Amino acid sequence: MVVTLVEMKPGQSGIISALEGGAGFEAKLSHIGLHKGKKIKKVSSVFSRGPVTVSVDNFQVAVGYGKAIRIKVEVNNIEKNSPGR
Amino acid sequence: MRKIVLVGNPNVGKSVVFSNLTGSKVMISNYAGTTVEFTQGKLNTEHESFEVLDAPGTYSLTPTSKVEEVASSLVDRADIVINVVDATNLERNLFLTTEVLERSVPVIVALNMIDEAGHKGVKIDVEELESLLGVPVIPTVAVSGEGLKDLVDALPLAVNRKAAPLEISDRWSYVGKLVGEVQEVVHRHHSWLETLQDASLKPLTGIPIAAVVLFLAFQFVIGIGEFVAEFLEEYIFEGLYEPLLIYLSRLMGESGFLHDILIGRLIDGEIEFEESLGVLTTGVFVELGIVLPFLTVFYLVLGFLEDSGYLPRLAVMVDRSMHRLGLHGYSIIPMVLGFGCNVPAALAARNLDSRRERFIACTLMAVAVPCMAQLALIVGLVGRFGAAYLAVVFASLFFIWVVLGLIIDRVMPGYTPSMVIEIPPYRLPSLKAQGKKLGMRIKGFLIHATPYILGGILVVNILYTVGIIDYLGILFAPVIEGMLGLPGEAVSTLLIGFLRKDVAVAMLVPLGLDARQFVIGAVVLAAYFPCAATFTVLVKEMGVRDMVKSALIMIATAFSAGFILNLLLDTIIPAAFLAIGLVSSAIILALALGSTSDRRELKDYDSAA
Repeated sequence: MVVTLVEMKPGQSGIISALEGGAGFEAKLSHIGLHKGKKIKKVSSVFSRGPVTVSVDNFQVAVGYGKAIRIKVEVNNIEKNSPGR
Repeated sequence: MRKIVLVGNPNVGKSVVFSNLTGSKVMISNYAGTTVEFTQGKLNTEHESFEVLDAPGTYSLTPTSKVEEVASSLVDRADIVINVVDATNLERNLFLTTEVLERSVPVIVALNMIDEAGHKGVKIDVEELESLLGVPVIPTVAVSGEGLKDLVDALPLAVNRKAAPLEISDRWSYVGKLVGEVQEVVHRHHSWLETLQDASLKPLTGIPIAAVVLFLAFQFVIGIGEFVAEFLEEYIFEGLYEPLLIYLSRLMGESGFLHDILIGRLIDGEIEFEESLGVLTTGVFVELGIVLPFLTVFYLVLGFLEDSGYLPRLAVMVDRSMHRLGLHGYSIIPMVLGFGCNVPAALAARNLDSRRERFIACTLMAVAVPCMAQLALIVGLVGRFGAAYLAVVFASLFFIWVVLGLIIDRVMPGYTPSMVIEIPPYRLPSLKAQGKKLGMRIKGFLIHATPYILGGILVVNILYTVGIIDYLGILFAPVIEGMLGLPGEAVSTLLIGFLRKDVAVAMLVPLGLDARQFVIGAVVLAAYFPCAATFTVLVKEMGVRDMVKSALIMIATAFSAGFILNLLLDTIIPAAFLAIGLVSSAIILALALGSTSDRRELKDYDSAA
């Protein structure tokens, strides 16, 4: 199932399937390590359109809402049972 | 002399390597973007001496920001590149490495933080990595100096690969394969720092943590600063220094031009450190007796916040609120730095992506974030009239910060893109590094501020003696007296404020103002214009055109704020109520009217996608 980074639940993992915001947008996110095909795990998000924090390998990146809704992630349904809120 | 350029992702320890190789002192923190300009130093080896350049951190050589452009252009000028790689994040770091290997320059890799990688369960086969990359790879722990000698010894072995360029997606799969072959990750449990790390990012725990951190920082700076300043005034200045000055004053016959400049005016036959306005009395007292103690405590707190890695987490917590003002979370960093000194804050604004956010951040910072030197004087002098008046000063500046942000965001075309920032791991700050950094900052203050503070007082005295102040006082009376309700002579503080804001605030004392006038004076002085040092940097960062716009905004804001305070404070609304009213109306306005530009961002991505 493909969802946006905003829709992912904290604690849920997935694989980035698309970055939908133009070439500059894609470059910016790719360079920091959020590239297509990368496995990520959502750490947390701040309510009412706040930033989303994800963990990738051994680092964490915070992505503002405007960009987070443009990041599509393929999540595994089975992982819904993983710890999270 | 051959040039070595240090290149790497942000916050991988390039500056630490640089400082160890060259012995030069540089600012080091635990967040991306501490170095915005390259720093130069020298490295002498047995065979050769090199010029070493520490480039700002970059994720790629195809730059997406002003800071990254600097890094990319430095690589072209290098004779040898030392690519500093964070061993805990091999994949992301090697992306940049592969780009560097495509440039026509000899490269050597410093595999830094190899100790931390071990703690995180990351095992790297260095020999295999070396043979796959085709350049020397030296494991290092820059903070302790481990491996740096090997790095220097290996410099002659650097290899110019001139690898064939790759497309971005091919590059990621190539790097992914590479990492798979050299890295082994062992699973292990969360440490307590990592638990705290996540807690400060989740809103339910993160917001209270942010509130507590900011509150403690504020209390600590104001409380300890005041305590030390009072101690210094009583025991050092009045106890030891004053008798010396009295002797000197008598020696000069208690009058004359030189006496007026060095000692200043005697108040009822006595030396008053705050009022005499002499170079040796008020000048020395303001710098060492008031500003220095506050500044030292502030930089202690800031150093801890910077090195622990908390600031980017604060950025996450305030991101939503900052968006309402046309900024995003990371612009909290220039704001926080601005409370120390506006100059490094203006430089830090370079980490912001667009011209629009740099303009908003610099303008808001210069208008509404008083530097610690000025704050120390405001706390010390306005505080005497009671906490309510001090609260009015802070509340007015907060109100200006919010309302001006709302207005600029609404009027200025374009939008401020959302942030993408790396959140560094928490690290326990090392005492040695903290001491070094504090020492650098205090030394910087003493060197840069002293000529301005003493020169400022000298200039005031000359202007007074020549009669220029009286003339200007009459000329500007309609504005200063009519609009702001201050004596015409107060124009002198506006003149000196351009040199030093702390001296300017001190100069309000001899004017014999009442509480409301002092508050108005302090707010206008904080907002009306940046000091010369900040102004110079702002012109460089924003360009002349934007600076002119920004300056007009500042002047208009300061005088309207002063005028409104003059109308309301104590005449219609008592100080305490005004302070509460200003803060709450600013928050209500931000909630009701904020984030006009956010919608523009969403639309823009839609059309680009």
